[in-house]
Amino acid sequence: MSGTKFDVQYVAELVRIKLTPEEIQIFQSQLGLVLEHVAKLNQIDVSNVEPTAHSFPMYNVFRADEEKPSLPRNAALANAPQQAQGLFVVTKVVE
Amino acid sequence: MELTSLTLYEAQKLVRAKQVSSRELVDGLVESIEKIDPEIHGYLSYDRDQAIADAEKADPNLPLGGVPIAIKDLINVLGHPCGCASKILQGYVAPYDATVTARLRAAGAVPFGRANMDEFAMGSSTENSAFGPSKNPWDVTRTPGGSSGGAAAVVAADEAFAALGSDTGGSIRQPAALCGCVGLKPTYGRVSRFGLVAFASSLDQIGPLTKDVRDAALLMNAIAGADPCDSTSLAEPVPDFLAKLGLGVSGLKLGLPKEYFIDGLDPRVENAVRGAVDHLSNLGASIVEISLPHTEYALSTYYIIAPAEASANLARFDGVRYGFRAQGVSGLLDHYGRTREEGFGPEVKRRIILGTYVLSSGYYDAYYLRAQKVRTLIRQDFVNAFNQVDAIICPTSPTPAFKLGERTNDPLSMYLADIFTLAANMAGICGISIPCGFAQEDGKKLPVGLQILGRALDESTILQVASAYEQSTDWHKAKPGL
Repeated sequence: MSGTKFDVQYVAELVRIKLTPEEIQIFQSQLGLVLEHVAKLNQIDVSNVEPTAHSFPMYNVFRADEEKPSLPRNAALANAPQQAQGLFVVTKVVE
Repeated sequence: MELTSLTLYEAQKLVRAKQVSSRELVDGLVESIEKIDPEIHGYLSYDRDQAIADAEKADPNLPLGGVPIAIKDLINVLGHPCGCASKILQGYVAPYDATVTARLRAAGAVPFGRANMDEFAMGSSTENSAFGPSKNPWDVTRTPGGSSGGAAAVVAADEAFAALGSDTGGSIRQPAALCGCVGLKPTYGRVSRFGLVAFASSLDQIGPLTKDVRDAALLMNAIAGADPCDSTSLAEPVPDFLAKLGLGVSGLKLGLPKEYFIDGLDPRVENAVRGAVDHLSNLGASIVEISLPHTEYALSTYYIIAPAEASANLARFDGVRYGFRAQGVSGLLDHYGRTREEGFGPEVKRRIILGTYVLSSGYYDAYYLRAQKVRTLIRQDFVNAFNQVDAIICPTSPTPAFKLGERTNDPLSMYLADIFTLAANMAGICGISIPCGFAQEDGKKLPVGLQILGRALDESTILQVASAYEQSTDWHKAKPGL
């Protein structure tokens, strides 16, 4: 659990964030320090501990299965950076 | 007396008695904002005409009837901007009301203005806002705390009667402490998050920032309770949060966790908090020293879990359906990469990258799964403590307000600002910060906050303790004198 294999540029590509060379350098060093700090958790024996994902364990929360109006199309499209003919315009993905 | 210096309760009483109109309250705020906010920058925007229109319709006989409430910029209010103080959501207009907004309206309140914050609630100073930081009303060279720093600042500066904020690791309590107001983080699941822009979904809660404890209870009465639109909201009975105010603390056992009085705790904060502990003891509470042995691991655990959840939640900001989209892109990957590069600020990028790393194949078990196990231990600490005591008392923040710019180049030192607040989010319990004194610095008075932590779903007891303290002290009446 050390920060040695942590590669900012690689992870940034995974999450689709472009970074400048300066940002790569700064984040690499800042997040390296954060990872060094969190390595503190290695001091604890957690071998017999169950993980907590949620502070209130809740299972199978159902709502009534009733038909309800959804957000109208024009409201859903109102914040789109680009729209046409009632649809979102997206960047071309196929040639 | 200025109208805007009234509490929510006092202002509502005047509206109810028809001595003041809701419209006059709105205009009083606008006047105060025009005078003060150029310096404080607590609001990103407000819409007087819309507020007046809502004020004219508000029923003065409802519990919050006619009183404007400031809203942190990540809670949806139909037709208002909701930008999370981020460039990536600049221009976004809420297409619906969050459940808390709808409940405020149902209680007669007027949603008013967009309170500044750290971008996507990531930060402890509002310096991560894409639109510039808010300033602390007690010393404008210092931060108001964060992430709900704008909300705390406008309440403290009498530019709002009260506000709604959100708290993922201390984002209501820490700014309330630094600005000298009251901030309550409800139990996880007590208040619906439908319409709150998600940061870390297993930690986020909406709560009030107010001028006194009664106002916090009033707002809780309006917003608490299960919601079919939020499956994590709890179907538990909701008490009248005003019911235990004024009952005193006689017979209550209050725990003092020894792990919260450590190196790095400002001696002026320690003095003020120890003074408050003595005061509560004099009021009849019995003080018991307790131990929360995993406290020192809370920060590390939080900075794995919160960024992990954030990295998933913020994947939706891709420049397709809403918000900012980079121009002149060369293809889909370039579209995503540049939209997120240009749209997100540095702290948001850091946390998305950190969160993705701790979830990535080969590191998941070592970081994320281990942190979730330590989270169990932290939660168990509180379960054990609440077997011995009715509430826990400790500092809210290790220091008073720090200088703007002091920590911006050192993320880890910024993260330490939340060292006493984030365990409550991981355990899912409730907590409140109330004013308990001042630290003097550079000829200025800087507020100090007392944190009271309570059992899950036991907001009533922490409000009871907070009100007993408040009613026998004057700290909450002090004003920054702008």
